[in-house]
Order: sequence, then C-alpha cells, then structure tokens
Amino acid sequence: MSQSESTVKKSTLRQEGRGYQVFTVFNTIFLIIATFVTLYPMYYVVVASISDADELARNFGLLLYPLGKWNVFAYELVFRNKLVVSGFMNTFFVLFVGLAFNMTFTCLGAYFLSLKGSILVRPLSLLILFTMYFSGGIVPVYMNIRELGLMDSLWSLIIPGAISTYNMLIMRSAFAAVPDALYEAAYLDGAPHYKILTQVYVPLTGATLAVMVLYYGVGHWNAWFNASLYISNTKKYPLQLVLRQILLLNQNQDLNASVTDLGELAKYTDLVKYALIVVSCAPILLLYPFLQKFFAKGVMVGALKG
Amino acid sequence: MQSKIPFGRRLIKDIKRFGGAYIMVIPVVVFYILFHYKPLLGAVIAFKNYQPRKGIWGSSWVGFKHFESFFNSYYFGRLIRNTLTISLSGLIFTFPCAIIFALLINEVKSRAFKRTVQTISYMPHFISLVVVCSMITLFVSSDGFIVQIMQFFGSGVNQSLLNMNSAFVPIYVLSDIWQQTGWNCIIYLAALAAIDTELYEAARIDGANRWQQTIHVTLPGIAQTVTLLLILRVGSLMSVGHEKIILLYNDYTMETADVISSYVYRRGLIKGDYSFSAAVGLFNSAINFALVILANRISNKVNGYGIW
Repeated sequence: MSQSESTVKKSTLRQEGRGYQVFTVFNTIFLIIATFVTLYPMYYVVVASISDADELARNFGLLLYPLGKWNVFAYELVFRNKLVVSGFMNTFFVLFVGLAFNMTFTCLGAYFLSLKGSILVRPLSLLILFTMYFSGGIVPVYMNIRELGLMDSLWSLIIPGAISTYNMLIMRSAFAAVPDALYEAAYLDGAPHYKILTQVYVPLTGATLAVMVLYYGVGHWNAWFNASLYISNTKKYPLQLVLRQILLLNQNQDLNASVTDLGELAKYTDLVKYALIVVSCAPILLLYPFLQKFFAKGVMVGALKG
Repeated sequence: MQSKIPFGRRLIKDIKRFGGAYIMVIPVVVFYILFHYKPLLGAVIAFKNYQPRKGIWGSSWVGFKHFESFFNSYYFGRLIRNTLTISLSGLIFTFPCAIIFALLINEVKSRAFKRTVQTISYMPHFISLVVVCSMITLFVSSDGFIVQIMQFFGSGVNQSLLNMNSAFVPIYVLSDIWQQTGWNCIIYLAALAAIDTELYEAARIDGANRWQQTIHVTLPGIAQTVTLLLILRVGSLMSVGHEKIILLYNDYTMETADVISSYVYRRGLIKGDYSFSAAVGLFNSAINFALVILANRISNKVNGYGIW
C-alpha cells in the first residue's frame, strides 16, 4: 500500500511542470536566506562577545567571525558582577517555587472544571473566563499587590501569577479527554477526589503537563515587568530586570568598579552586553533540543482549546 | 436544563457527591477573588479622586471627570492613532508572514531540511523581550551594524534609529516578524498536514497543476484556521502590549511610540496619578471587551462556532 503510494507520488513528481521546478529552486533559496536572517542576530551576538574590544569598536558593518584574538574576558566581567549572580539566583527561586505553585493551582482548578455533572462547573467557568477578557487594568492590580503587602518580595512574582487562565483551560481540556469510565471506576472504588486527580488524571496527561511546565517556565525565565513594578531592592532583582538595568538603562555599577580607566570602561561596555545576552539565553537554548518535541504539541493543545 | 428542585437542595446534593473536589477548588477560587476580582473592584478609583491616606473607599466620588479630561486631552487622539497604527501594521505585515512561511515550508520535500528550517525559525520566540529589545538597541544604534549598512548604501542616518519617530513602527513590526513568524506558522502547518491527501489526488486526476492545487485545495484547507486567528486579532485591535513599547521608546519617539497601555503605565505607576490612569485603563479594557464580544459574534457567524 505505502509502496504503491510512494510510486504514485514519484510519478506525479516527474509530471510536475517546469514552473514548479523553478518554484522549488527559488523556494529553497528563499528558505535558506530566511533561516540565515533568523540566525544572524543571535550569531552576531555570540561572535561579538568573544571578539577583541578594540577591533570590534573599529569594525564597520556585518560581522562574520570573531575579530582579533578570541577571548572570554567579557564573560569574566559578567560573572564578576554580583547583580548578575544574584539575578540568576532570584530567577531560579522564582522559577522552581513558581512552577510548583503553577502546576498545583492549575491542576486543582482544571480538575474541578472538568468534572461532569457538578452544577457549579458552568458558573465557575464563566466567572473565570470573564477575567480573561476583562481586567481592571494595571493600576488597580498594582495597588492590590501593595495592599496585600507583597511589595519588594519575590512572592509577588510567584503567587499573583499562580494560574494563567489560558493554561488552566488547556489543562481542563486534557482532563476532560480522559475517558469517563476511568473516573467512574475510581469514584465507585471510593477513591477521594485528590487521589483521582493525582493517580488517574495526572499520569494520563503527562504530555500536556510537560507543555504547561514549558509555558510557565519560559514565562518565569523571561518575565521582567512585574518585578520592575514590585521590587525595588536591587539584590532581589530577577535576571531579566538586571539585564534591563545593564543592557537598556546602561547602569552597570560593578563594571564601573572593576574597570577604573574611563577609556577602558567605554571599550568594554558593549562587549559585556553581548556576553551578558549570551549568558542569559544559554539555559533556554541549551534545553532547546530537549524541549523541541513539545513545541508543536504545545501550540496544538492551545489551538484545540476552542 | 430547568429543574424544579430548588438550587439550594441541588447544591447540597452536589456537595455530597463532589465534596472533595469542592475543597480542592477553594484555593483556586480564593486566587481568583484575591488577584482578579478584588482589583476589578479596585478599579472604582477611576470614578474617584483617590487619595492614599483616605484609601480607595474613603476617597470622594468624581463621576466621569477623569474620563472627560482624558477625552479632551491632547494625548487622546495621539494614543488612539498610535495604538491603531501598531496593531494594524501587525495585522497587515506580521499576520500574513506566518501563513506564507507555512505555505512555503509545506512545499519542501526533504524532511531534514524542513525540520532544520522550522527548528531555527522558532528559536527567537523563546528569547526574552528584554534581550530582543537590547539587541535591537545595540544593532540600530549610531554605530550598530544596521545603521552602518544603511550608511553604506548612502543613507545619511547618523543617530540611533530608536531616536527617530518615523522608524519606530517599522522596527517594532520587523522585530515582531523576526521573533514570531516561525512560532506562529506552527498552527498553519498543522492545519496543512490535516488536509486529506485524497483531495490532492482528485485534483491531480482532474488535471490541476501545482498552482491550481494550491488555490483550490490548500488554501480552502487552511481557510478556517486563518479566519479564526484573524478574528482573534480583531478582538485585540485596541490593545498593544506595554512591555515592548516601554523597553523601546524614549523621549524622542513619544509622538509615534506611545500607546494607551504605555501611557497608563507612565502616568499611573511612574507619576502616581492613580485615578486618572485607572480611568484610561478602564476605558481601554471596556473597548477591548466590546471588541472581543464583537469578534466572537463574527466568529459564530462565519465559522459556526465562537472563540469560547
């Protein structure tokens, strides 16, 4: 069957007109160019970060390979910066504790919303759905955090974001897809609800749970805005906020302290920026090959929500 | 499902049956009350003259005063114009890119090549906004490589492009295309993969060439996905996220870069003008909500099913 199919495909391929052959060539060239354009900014950053500072400053236009003598001096400067180190620690804390909260709360909510037969499911769904489309805006949210006494605490980055409604709805769909018979069997055996959740639903929805971890995790890693509102103590800054200070607001006290000569300082400012970008992206990009198989699945569970 | 049994009794029966689940959902309900409905209630300061020492409920009511002064202010027109310009540019340029990209990838025969292109194309999606905006800032600065290339081709630019009003929207849109096209096209690729191959066979037997197959089989095959995503876009036409704007704009580019959300942030959270900016935010929320309802109606009519 499959063999005959492939011969059909091959024979029709040969029948394709000349126009299509020309298209295929241009399409391939275009996609190769698009891929290079996508990669180049990232490549530029990596190459610049290990270039010689003087040569980099003198360079005009594109960068194809590291200039001058390869060196990792900029990386030394990055890790000498106490703020970067504490930023990593804070982000790791928010990431791991945050994920524990995210997954627990999301599963609890999704479990209830996936119950069949409870009269509260629909009203609760509506109340939850409403918050997705109507919010009071960032000002009342900010005042609320202040009232709750969460200011200047890493918990302000964990608890208020414990549930993303969108993710919870995805999880609900996954739970709802578990065959009713399994729920019924466990229920009739007298299993309490928390056991049905942890021993029936969770083991059966592993792939969706992994996608949730990915979404929430990337969210924590990349978040900066709430921290910029709630956290004023620089020692509690998560990584992205430290990055913003150094990369966009040009405030790098530690670099100022470690390189005294003003000319030297100007020389290394950009180099350190490139190195810092590489360091901050490294964890996600290192995990990238392992996470990759979840991506397509991730988008699809989002799309099927409807 | 009208039932004659009173709600109270049904609830008691329900609690008996789902008791454990009720207890489990309590933290979730508390979460939504505390972090969604309480701030929603707090939005009443939009109708008050909020004074910190009097608190939200002790401050005096002023009705629609803040809304009126916003509508009459110089900023109103500018913010609406900028918000619409940026979101419409996204609709016109960023949105079709993913569709075209998916159609092109779909024509690739080699699996390895296809996978490589895809894997690389959605890498930028995972880079944080702070890093993306830093890269933009470095590349378009007066000695960044993008400005240098422009100079090479005879452009007279000798400052950061981020200081130029005319460059803000193009920078915003192009960087969005770079960052999101690969990711956004996944959903179209899935829709393309779901098209029944027999339709292509039938078209071929009818004598359709590649181009005609694309027009008559491929495009109708993804039409529903496209319409749904298009309608969703309409629903968010008046909301441009504040994060990227705040990271990229500066005093020189307020004229084209400042949108409603960034204005609320600046006026409210930086300058501490709580009531006024809460009113602006609420106005924006109301419009967004109306647009989503409208989008849902359209979706129901066009697709036969809604967004929710």
